[in-house]
Amino acid sequence: MSSRDLILDRVRAALRDAPVVPDVPRDYRPAGTNKADLDVLVDRLVDYKAQVYRVTSAEVAATVAGLVGEGGAVLVPPGLPAPWRPEGAFADDGLTPDRIAAADAVLTAAAVAVAETGTIVLDASPDQGRRIITLLPDVHIIVLRPSQVVASVPDAIAHLDGTRPLTWISGPSATSDIELNRVEGVHGPRHLHVLLLTD
Amino acid sequence: MTTFLGMPATAPRGVGHLRGDQTFPRAAREALQNPQLRRNLRHATTTIRGKSGRVIAELPDWQHLRDAGSAIKADVMSRLPDLLVQLEEKVTAAGGVVHWAADANEANAIVTGLVKATGSERVIKVKSMATQEIGLNEALEAAGIAPVETDLAELIVQLGDDRPSHILVPAIHRNRSEIREIFLKAMPGVDPALTDDPPVLAAAARRYLRETFLSTTVAVSGANFAIADTGTLGVVESEGNGRMCLTLPDTLITVMGIEKVLPTWRDLEVFLQLLPRASTGERMNPYTTMWTGITPGDGPQSFHLVLLDNGRSAVLADPAGRSALHCIRCSACLNVCPVYERTGGHSYGSVYPGPIGAVLSPQLTGIADNASLPFASSLCGACFDACPVKIDIPSMLVHLRNQAPHPAAEKAAMVTAARIMDRPRLYASAQRAAKTARIAGRRGRGLPPPLSAWTAGRDLPEFPKQTFRDWWAQR
Repeated sequence: MSSRDLILDRVRAALRDAPVVPDVPRDYRPAGTNKADLDVLVDRLVDYKAQVYRVTSAEVAATVAGLVGEGGAVLVPPGLPAPWRPEGAFADDGLTPDRIAAADAVLTAAAVAVAETGTIVLDASPDQGRRIITLLPDVHIIVLRPSQVVASVPDAIAHLDGTRPLTWISGPSATSDIELNRVEGVHGPRHLHVLLLTD
Repeated sequence: MTTFLGMPATAPRGVGHLRGDQTFPRAAREALQNPQLRRNLRHATTTIRGKSGRVIAELPDWQHLRDAGSAIKADVMSRLPDLLVQLEEKVTAAGGVVHWAADANEANAIVTGLVKATGSERVIKVKSMATQEIGLNEALEAAGIAPVETDLAELIVQLGDDRPSHILVPAIHRNRSEIREIFLKAMPGVDPALTDDPPVLAAAARRYLRETFLSTTVAVSGANFAIADTGTLGVVESEGNGRMCLTLPDTLITVMGIEKVLPTWRDLEVFLQLLPRASTGERMNPYTTMWTGITPGDGPQSFHLVLLDNGRSAVLADPAGRSALHCIRCSACLNVCPVYERTGGHSYGSVYPGPIGAVLSPQLTGIADNASLPFASSLCGACFDACPVKIDIPSMLVHLRNQAPHPAAEKAAMVTAARIMDRPRLYASAQRAAKTARIAGRRGRGLPPPLSAWTAGRDLPEFPKQTFRDWWAQR
């Protein structure tokens, strides 16, 4: 008997009393309950130590250049909208981890943002790139369109395709492992900047 | 113990960390002698209770989310075989390989074999209760493979040659200066000028693990959930060590208890709200990674999912105990438990400490191997109120107490009490006689043997000078 059949047989035997369960009550606020409030999103992002800038799409490249400083190497995914791309940025075309880690910052778009929790979700679309590029550089800059912001977690789940590789980001890397106090900056990017577009 | 093939089985002895070396009262007695431990725990649990309470209060529908979470889990348990088969299909279709492990020994053998096949002599690990439960690190070490814990608290435990004492923060029993000492002693290449400032300690871990993340080709993780209808797995974390392990290596091996499966993608809208707020007291944890099989060109190109029973089918077989499998490992029940706050996690012996451990561990191992744990509670009920999936831990503790072996003296005392209470005159004189206990056992002292077994963990109540019946007669 294979372990698969053994486990399934055991579980079936354990359920011999055929437990009857009622329908799942979903009385919580479902997707579509509220409109997204950008001010709530900004408040939550700032609370979790992300820096937020409200800029027009024409100002993205200059804002990024200002954040990274002169001579800073900015990594971008291959599908990033060209007007956002700061001068001298280099695109990921299958770079080695060492090259990615050597970037001073990475600039990406996003898939969805959740106002209520201050969360930004990446789904590895061409304007966000492979997961590794937003992991190794110390600074992550995300450009967010207001239309991508939803109110709540159920709204985000309704918007996302679960079969894509997803990274949910709420502030910079942090730990609560020392005396349960939150400390920002462990293994992921230690700085998270969000450029919220105003146009 | 004889088991019949196909019948629910408890977790085997001699492997893993579900059984302690001593009973809870003995271990707790030692732990209570450690004032530093009690200070650390009081500080940490008070902090987390405050944080968690504040973010839970922000959600107007928290109780509805708890109701939904509880019902989804009950639904999962009622059709677990179908959901597991569906999950297997979806993961396989997405390019993953699914393995089934009946117990800890088999899971360890599967993982060790998979790592050996890659030729790697080192694995990076994301914090995982399932791999702690089965003693995977010991099994890997025995096979000449070095497991590197990458979660900060797990790293503190590993470098300190210590045992985890909390589900979420395994090093909760250590304060910053103790962590500094451990790093100075055991972290290769550490800066000797290290201070005990938490950001400095976190930075030391970042430097130490960076190279290891980049050069290790195999990772082992647990999973917070698996979605049957999409084959998606998820790991909820804070530091980014999870993202490193789930993204950088060529091979990813995930060990997951069979109870972690959820029916649909939509169900995540409930658990991604419940877990962070109940667990770390955050609106959302810094990072959550979700992956479905293999994505060409992005992340590990070889993915193995090991589905673990190790006693879970035995838990499922008890209708009064099966909801212990609803646990999402948030640790809210630990943080509100007056017993846990004083004794710490090590006293429970098992990797699952606190109220949920007191019900889950004896069910996974069989009550005989953890008979003292259902008594490690005052039945105050705070855990039930705190549980985001509404597991009725107090009722389950009482249920398990009834299954545990009871000392002969207790049985004799109960028989005697029943006889006396049946006879009003005898009862009245017994009450009067109880007054002599004021002399026999002064307050704070125990009763003489064999009744001392009862007073070892309890204060003897102070008997009034006059019984109610005497007062009534003289009135």
